[in-house]
Amino acid sequence: MPAASIEWFPLWLSLRVASLATILILTFGTFVAYFLSHKNFRGKEALDSLITLPLVLPPTVLGYYLLVLVGRNSVFGHLYESAFGQPLVFTWQAAVVAAVLHSAPIYVKGARTVLEGVDYRFEWVAHSLGASEWRTFLRITLPLAWRGLSSLASLCFARSLGDFGITMMVAGNIPGQTQTLSVAIFDAVESGNGQAARMLVLVISVTALVLLWAAARLSRPTARASHTA
Amino acid sequence: MGGGALIAPHGKGKSHGMSQPVKIDARLIKRLPAIGETKEFQLNIHLKSDAAITVLWGASGAGKTLALHCLGGFTKPDEGRILINDELYFDAATQVNLPPQNRRCGYVFQDHALFPHMTVRENLKFAAASARHSSKLNKHRRMIELLEAFELSDLAGRKPAQLSGGQKQRAALARMLVGDPRLILLDEPTRGLDSRLKQAFYQVLRTTRERSHAPIVLVTHDLEECMQLAEFVCLMEDGHFVQSGARDQVFARPASSEVASALGVYNLLPAKIAALDPSRDTCSLEVAGSEVQGPYLKGRLIGDQGFLCLRQTESRLLPNIGRRERNQIVLRVTGVVPSSQGAKLLLEHGAAATVSEAEYVHLRGEDTVKLDVPPSAVYFLAK
Repeated sequence: MPAASIEWFPLWLSLRVASLATILILTFGTFVAYFLSHKNFRGKEALDSLITLPLVLPPTVLGYYLLVLVGRNSVFGHLYESAFGQPLVFTWQAAVVAAVLHSAPIYVKGARTVLEGVDYRFEWVAHSLGASEWRTFLRITLPLAWRGLSSLASLCFARSLGDFGITMMVAGNIPGQTQTLSVAIFDAVESGNGQAARMLVLVISVTALVLLWAAARLSRPTARASHTA
Repeated sequence: MGGGALIAPHGKGKSHGMSQPVKIDARLIKRLPAIGETKEFQLNIHLKSDAAITVLWGASGAGKTLALHCLGGFTKPDEGRILINDELYFDAATQVNLPPQNRRCGYVFQDHALFPHMTVRENLKFAAASARHSSKLNKHRRMIELLEAFELSDLAGRKPAQLSGGQKQRAALARMLVGDPRLILLDEPTRGLDSRLKQAFYQVLRTTRERSHAPIVLVTHDLEECMQLAEFVCLMEDGHFVQSGARDQVFARPASSEVASALGVYNLLPAKIAALDPSRDTCSLEVAGSEVQGPYLKGRLIGDQGFLCLRQTESRLLPNIGRRERNQIVLRVTGVVPSSQGAKLLLEHGAAATVSEAEYVHLRGEDTVKLDVPPSAVYFLAK
């Protein structure tokens, strides 16, 4: 088998992009979800809808928005370029931004539900004992929501692996630089490299399946765990 | 076992100075809009109590828990003011609203709400680390003391799921006391417990009283518990107090026939005022064809209709034989049901009386019985 003819770089890039995207989503998404689940403010549901929007818009539209938002002529693009010395678009970092946009809605939506599901009485008790909101969040809410959130995180990771449209729009298809797994599959099929395409398809399918299985296991309500934990 | 004397009005070793401010003074108005099936609701109470244990008693839906939430700072009242030991917790007029973190209210939920992912010791440690006053050393010492006092030292390494109901209760109370609260709020602490565990809880509550001077506000729908624990009672119905006062006063003199029937331990017999004699301080009531004498009724007129309100334990049941003495009412027996204390006789006018087995021997098979009412027990309630 001439396995040497398959370029593995796209797999490593995809894993790196998905990991970074997941970390970013976990950090910021959890806070957004906390505010959506625990605070009452004006425009809360409007914000929720805005966050959900990427789930339903075509990837090309999202890619277009991103280009407008972080392109070289945009305010953010200028800021990024002066801070890091290179433009954001058509780099692998842009693929991270694309993956975040692709996966964040699922995480924030789910995390809101998970955090809302944490029994408010535990938080009330913590407050009445004098614990600040931050401390209550870190020591009570987060540990109690941990299973749900980590299940969402693996879902997020799996989804980040698979983005194609947005990545193509903002990161492009530069082999060895921005070519992620899904883009590489597209490329392999286009150029008639059937063996590479089959291999990459198999790899991404198995990875996604394993991640989904892990997510399902984590989100399963374990009666036993609560007794023996 | 903890009996009625469990919490004496003046707990041992605790002298409350005369100049002390009122412990609890809370005026609360909170409106809840109608949602779906539930009707709109308004809580409107003025809780003013100096007692060590104040009990809010009422059926579910009376607003007891909502009142506790307002005191604890979890729900913001629409109007009113909360003063605890002269400290302002909430004032709608000046927009003061201390967050729960700054109120130092020990709140214990019905099912204890021990943090499930922490051991008992970690639960208490969390409380110690969260308390914003007193030194670290003090808090640590207090924690050790409390583990000891509530017999938790051997259980400290266990998670809540490994504790029995009574142990959870002790742990929840100990955790609440770590922060040395200024006000203790207990929401139906014995709901769903059997009577043995209830008694155990009263015992633990005594330990709590020994460890904290903070006034306790306890919510319950259990009349027996209310009798055992309360010094001061507020009877709640539909968001307001129908009556409040010292326990004995409230139970000896329910404010209306509605209150009396809600409490469920009174016999209400239709009565008419037949005579009033202020000079001899007597009155005479016509009850079920009999005449009953009692103390003079101020502000009433002859012919007023109402009820003779008798606590079921205030009167004696006698077989209907021999001459009818003064203050004896003859009532028809409509049924008998067995009771844990003997037998419960159901009488006409919806009255009932529980008698011991020994007394029942003399009453068995009787169609009518005599209710012997001591004049001091005569209490007239207008319709």
